[in-house]
Amino acid sequence: MSDPKPAARGFRMTRRRMVLGGGLTGGALVIGYAATHPMEVAAMVLSGGGHDPEPSAFGAYIRIAADGMVTIVNKQQELGQGIHAALAAMIAEELDADWSRVRVVSAEVNFRAYGVQLTYGSFSVSTQWDAMRRAGAAARAMFVAAAARRWRVPRASIGVRDGIVSHPATGRSAPFAALLADADRETPPQQPRLKQPAEYRLIGTDRVRRKDAVPKSTGAQVYTQDVQRSGMLFAVLARSPRFGGRPARFDDRAARQVAGVVDVFATPAGVAVVAENSFAALRARAALRTEWDDRQAERRSTPEIVEEYHSIALGRSTLKPDRFLQRGDADRRFGEGQFEAAFDFPYLAHAPMETLDCVAQVDGWQVRIASGSHLATGELVNAAIATPTIPGKVELEVLPAGGSFGRRGAAMGDYVAECVHIARRLQGRPVKLFWSREDDLTGGYYRPMAHHRLWIESGADGLPTAWRHHIVAQQLLPFGANSPNYEGVKNSPYLAAVSTLDCKIFTPTSPVTATFWRSVGHSHGTMVMEHVVDQLARRAARDPADYRRALYRRAGATRHLAVLDAVCREAGWGTSIDAGWARGLAVQDYAGTVVGQVAEVRLEAGRPVVRRVVAAVDCGIAISPDQIAAQMEGGIGFGLSAALYGAITLKDGIVEQRNFDGYRVARIDDMPRVETHILRSTAPPTGMGEPGVPPIAPAIANAILALTGRPTRRLPFVGTDA
Amino acid sequence: MPYLLTVNGQRHRIEADGETPLLWILRDTLYLTGTKYGCGAAQCGACTVHLDGAPVRSCSVPLNALGTAEVTTIEGVDGPQAQAVRDAWVARDVPQCGFCQSGQVMSAIALLRAIPMPSDADIDAAMGGNLCRCATYMRIRAAIHDAAAAVAGASA
Ligand code: FES
Ligand code: FES
Repeated sequence: MSDPKPAARGFRMTRRRMVLGGGLTGGALVIGYAATHPMEVAAMVLSGGGHDPEPSAFGAYIRIAADGMVTIVNKQQELGQGIHAALAAMIAEELDADWSRVRVVSAEVNFRAYGVQLTYGSFSVSTQWDAMRRAGAAARAMFVAAAARRWRVPRASIGVRDGIVSHPATGRSAPFAALLADADRETPPQQPRLKQPAEYRLIGTDRVRRKDAVPKSTGAQVYTQDVQRSGMLFAVLARSPRFGGRPARFDDRAARQVAGVVDVFATPAGVAVVAENSFAALRARAALRTEWDDRQAERRSTPEIVEEYHSIALGRSTLKPDRFLQRGDADRRFGEGQFEAAFDFPYLAHAPMETLDCVAQVDGWQVRIASGSHLATGELVNAAIATPTIPGKVELEVLPAGGSFGRRGAAMGDYVAECVHIARRLQGRPVKLFWSREDDLTGGYYRPMAHHRLWIESGADGLPTAWRHHIVAQQLLPFGANSPNYEGVKNSPYLAAVSTLDCKIFTPTSPVTATFWRSVGHSHGTMVMEHVVDQLARRAARDPADYRRALYRRAGATRHLAVLDAVCREAGWGTSIDAGWARGLAVQDYAGTVVGQVAEVRLEAGRPVVRRVVAAVDCGIAISPDQIAAQMEGGIGFGLSAALYGAITLKDGIVEQRNFDGYRVARIDDMPRVETHILRSTAPPTGMGEPGVPPIAPAIANAILALTGRPTRRLPFVGTDA
Repeated sequence: MPYLLTVNGQRHRIEADGETPLLWILRDTLYLTGTKYGCGAAQCGACTVHLDGAPVRSCSVPLNALGTAEVTTIEGVDGPQAQAVRDAWVARDVPQCGFCQSGQVMSAIALLRAIPMPSDADIDAAMGGNLCRCATYMRIRAAIHDAAAAVAGASA
């Protein structure tokens, strides 16, 4: 007989141990970063939080050990998108480190050292590009200076490659490890020279690969779900089955009879059930009897909400829109023979494989949290408010997330606050709050429902001349404009040369919570724009690719043109295809990354089957071609899940999908073969986490249009009579 | 009533309600957290372990149904197929978030033990119960073919 591993029992929250070489100077690198997200501003004002990282002569992002091992600190959140590898490659490239001797650790949450730590919007690559390269180049310059001093040769005559500093003229060389003590004493240059793209040896090669494939292939990676703490309790919450409902009273007698139950109590988010293990918590919650006060709750069913959105879009409600684009006589009546279209999109859950979870311990003013949040700086504020304490007393260990797709970035940090509310009742005892899959799917913070209605006039050449576009969708944030929901429309090159533009958004409110979902407003906006363009091309009896070319030319959208040409060439656009199959095309710009996809589709019992997707992408300098391909594949699979099956629906206010049998997602046999082609570029790199998602739905819809002549009016394709 | 359980070759005496799913015994009692909770309802495959070598969803196998079956988890799985699958997973950089991958790896190993050279249809059938929200399916398929070839090559 053997006992459970005692080591696991004793695992405590320890600070990351850093191997350091040589003498130290305080090296916090403050980067220039413009706050754009309202949460960033709040975080900057309120946050002093966290420990300072252990100082390194090479700045906050680089540690070099006595044996020459380079540790790179990743200040962004690893959600699966591979950001750790991209940021490390930026540093390693400029440092000329040996990539095989680079490891990556995640940063402490620390405002002084790392500034704001938020991961969203596929912005990590583009916002960190300058700071990471400068950090690497500065460290390299320190090694060069140290070698020049030791060998009494000019700095310009020294080279660095794969962690070896050399002086070719005299044949001398030394690894980083041998120069570490000297380099440590050099002053980092303020303006280190950065390489030109032609000088890159690592960036753009297939050597830039993930650093976490081994722990993630052997079960060794620790996620929040796996965190153990001495004396830790487990909690689940009974939340209102209707959004906006509140617990009126509860009877916990049966729940408290369940072996292992420790406590049952009310919290702002619902009734907490705390137990000694996960199963006892789940069982006791099932035995809990709770009555809910539904007076403020959403009680409608999905068809009623859809109907309401339709009447809002037609101007038949009192809801006033915001106009986000206007040109020419925007209020004029459109003429006869115009093109009209309308689209309906459902609520979508993110359904990451790791359901939401958080570990928290509250000791008086002191709060310690472990969680996979990607709005790390914001969570300090959320946790502080829930305690209440000041953000500087909150210590947050950011763990890799088992997926998120935006869910762990809900601005109000619902699950972190929930966990802190529970932990404060358990003064001093750590507690792990976890959501069941049913909690996850019924718990809100969805991609909001959306309705689009368009009226379009075209000229003699078939190109649009007047464009009226009404969007109805809930806000994603409790403040600011509803802009995330119209970004996919507002920036479209198709609207560039349209002489009459009238684009408005209506913002209904609902107790059903909404948030960012991988690709945000483009998840519906791209479907509308790309499918409408194919319908316009069809009306004009033109090939969809040629029709787009004409629109891109008149908009001066050169990157779109290049991507379109590349994807058509690689997909064999215009060549014959097997009987029963058709190709569909879609092109889109998301966060500066332009993606084109061509899907090969056939209908089987009215349901689309996708066998191959050819993708072309311009994401600036390609840092890791392999991970760009991985994000394209994953983005297409994620978009495919939503396009084929994704829908959260309400019946009398109660969510009808409770597990993966009701909320279907793509399985291995749904997955097409994806071929990714990266356009060569010397422009600064842009993100890949989201841009692959939106084009797949319209590419499928456009293929169906080619097959049947019938337009798609709603998503998902399966289970509705589209 | 205590249950006697063999996990990864080690015998354990477990004091727990017989209704407790194996998943929670592995995770909360034995601290074998490589096996993940994803749905609790045999819908996702994240909790896949081997029972006497056959893949099962540990979230849906109660303790009192185990009898004398031997449990193998991602932490303890071994042999040529296991090694080949892990190597192929790393070589192809299959994982993204990685959360589903313990279950994927366990299903893939069981597949290769049953069918040394699986076709795409065999892979669809064996892996259809393992969801991946990061949609790493294409690389999973390629890695299984790689692993099959590696095992065949090693034993040829
Ligand atoms: S957790 Fe067992 S199949 Fe999902
Ligand atoms: S790798 Fe993220 S769910 Fe599969």
